[in-house]
Amino acid sequence: MQSNKLGWILLAPTLVILFFFGVLPFLYVVFVSFHQWNPFAASPEMIFNGAENFRRIVFDEAFLNSLSVTVAFVVFAVLSELIIGYLLAQAFMKEFPGKSIFRTIHTLPLIMAPIIVGSVWKLMTTPSIGIIPHYLDEWFGITMNIGTSAPAAFMTIVIMDIWHWTPLVTLTLIAALVSLPRDPFEQAQIDGANKAQTFWHITLPMITPALVATVFIRLMDALRTVDEVWMLTGGGPGSSTRFLGVHIFKEVFPKTNYGYGSTISVIVLYLTIVACWLLYVSMLAPRKNRKG
Amino acid sequence: MKKRNPLLTTLFWIMISLLTLFPIYWLFVISVKPAVQLFSTPDLIVNNPYWGNYTEVLGNRLLRSYMVNSLVISTGNAVLCTVLGFFTCYALSRFAIRGKESIFFWTITNRMAPPAVFLLPLFLLMTQVYRIGDFTLLDTRIGMILVYCTFNLPFAIWTLRPTIDAIPRELDEAAYVDGASPWKVITEIVFPLCRPGLAVTLILTWVFAWNEYLLAATLTNFEARTLTTGLSEYVTTTGTEWGIMATISVFTLIPALIVFGLVQKHIVAGLTFGAVKG
Repeated sequence: MQSNKLGWILLAPTLVILFFFGVLPFLYVVFVSFHQWNPFAASPEMIFNGAENFRRIVFDEAFLNSLSVTVAFVVFAVLSELIIGYLLAQAFMKEFPGKSIFRTIHTLPLIMAPIIVGSVWKLMTTPSIGIIPHYLDEWFGITMNIGTSAPAAFMTIVIMDIWHWTPLVTLTLIAALVSLPRDPFEQAQIDGANKAQTFWHITLPMITPALVATVFIRLMDALRTVDEVWMLTGGGPGSSTRFLGVHIFKEVFPKTNYGYGSTISVIVLYLTIVACWLLYVSMLAPRKNRKG
Repeated sequence: MKKRNPLLTTLFWIMISLLTLFPIYWLFVISVKPAVQLFSTPDLIVNNPYWGNYTEVLGNRLLRSYMVNSLVISTGNAVLCTVLGFFTCYALSRFAIRGKESIFFWTITNRMAPPAVFLLPLFLLMTQVYRIGDFTLLDTRIGMILVYCTFNLPFAIWTLRPTIDAIPRELDEAAYVDGASPWKVITEIVFPLCRPGLAVTLILTWVFAWNEYLLAATLTNFEARTLTTGLSEYVTTTGTEWGIMATISVFTLIPALIVFGLVQKHIVAGLTFGAVKG
């Protein structure tokens, strides 16, 4: 093993950049979260109010509602993306005519900016000008109005998210599947393992690291989404699509309630880290046991 | 394994592709409609394409400079994040660094921060703390490249780690035994083996940086404004100019498409990657 000094040298630039642009702003937000501060109001002074913001958040119905809407969204969207993404990645592992064209097409949504995706879906789904409500009404007699119907707005955002982010899951899983060694699969075939057995005992354990990384990226990005949802529904109707990212955005910008917004952010960040950490540990544990 | 009907396979993929392409097609449809037609009954097919939005966007000098900024910032950021991410993963994978798993996890927590409240501290730091004389990082390309590292660098590290961990240590060790320097091992042995992973990382970080909106909207005024912030300039108090927005969106898509097309080949080349190990 080489000297650890080299390891630290390789790490140093990353640590420095993340410290100056990640840690320091975070410490500032933590500091502000203990204050009542409305920088654009008539009295813009920062007033220390101890843990008052944190006490308030526990009884804040708007926050708790936002939290539950977010959890529902994440479960729906990320699970669907994982399943569809994995199936497509497996399908792309086979040879078929036009494969590279189809793969390129499938990956296209990924390169679109969230703010553009939000705009397009808004244009497609807004009642009276959108093509989706128009044909739903004409062909099936279904009225879809994301401006007034909470389930319609929620489902539109879930479908938009699946459309936008499944390609990321597919790509990451293709990269993982491609780098798998062949031997265990050949061995499994010789031993007469069926598809399900091969998946559970060989593929899944080996792609677990890639899966963890993918679930992570999707989970935390879904938790902090602003642009897409803001463009499409602005959090409405009511507060049915007011996800945490949007909730904080609304608290900080239209309301300019900076102190309390910081408190919500600290709590959300904390919850995200805990959720991700639990996920990380639980997914790594069985793999270690199997090896040990 | 049983052979599937190729016709069914093709049909399946055509269906998937149509679903995928529709919103992008619709963006194009909107971009070639004059504003008055937007609110009439939606038509699937465009009969008389109207190119007025395109001439307006192409004739806009400001938008052209936004595009250059976007290109410089996202390319600089993607290269920086991929290279640093690669170094970091190599260090975490191969060295007995104390607390390295904590460091690994800590990096990703930087991406979890809800962006809205972090805009102000970043603004303050970039205008008042990170400065040399009159030079501040606000509204500069280098500033944006560094700020984007907060979400792209952790992403690069987390995407690359499994790839590097999967490369057998024996390869490095054999090279060290043969007297290779660490630099040579990293650049000539590990780096080429990671190429598929690096390509995917590079393209995704590029795309994330290219598409970022909230930070760019707050931390740039004029000099370093990016194409996505140009979009919001067409949301005015008198209403949104959807046609122009859709056209800018189409222009935002094109470079991303080209970059993506280039990397597709690497991903295909990566398909033989598994054979190296065995």
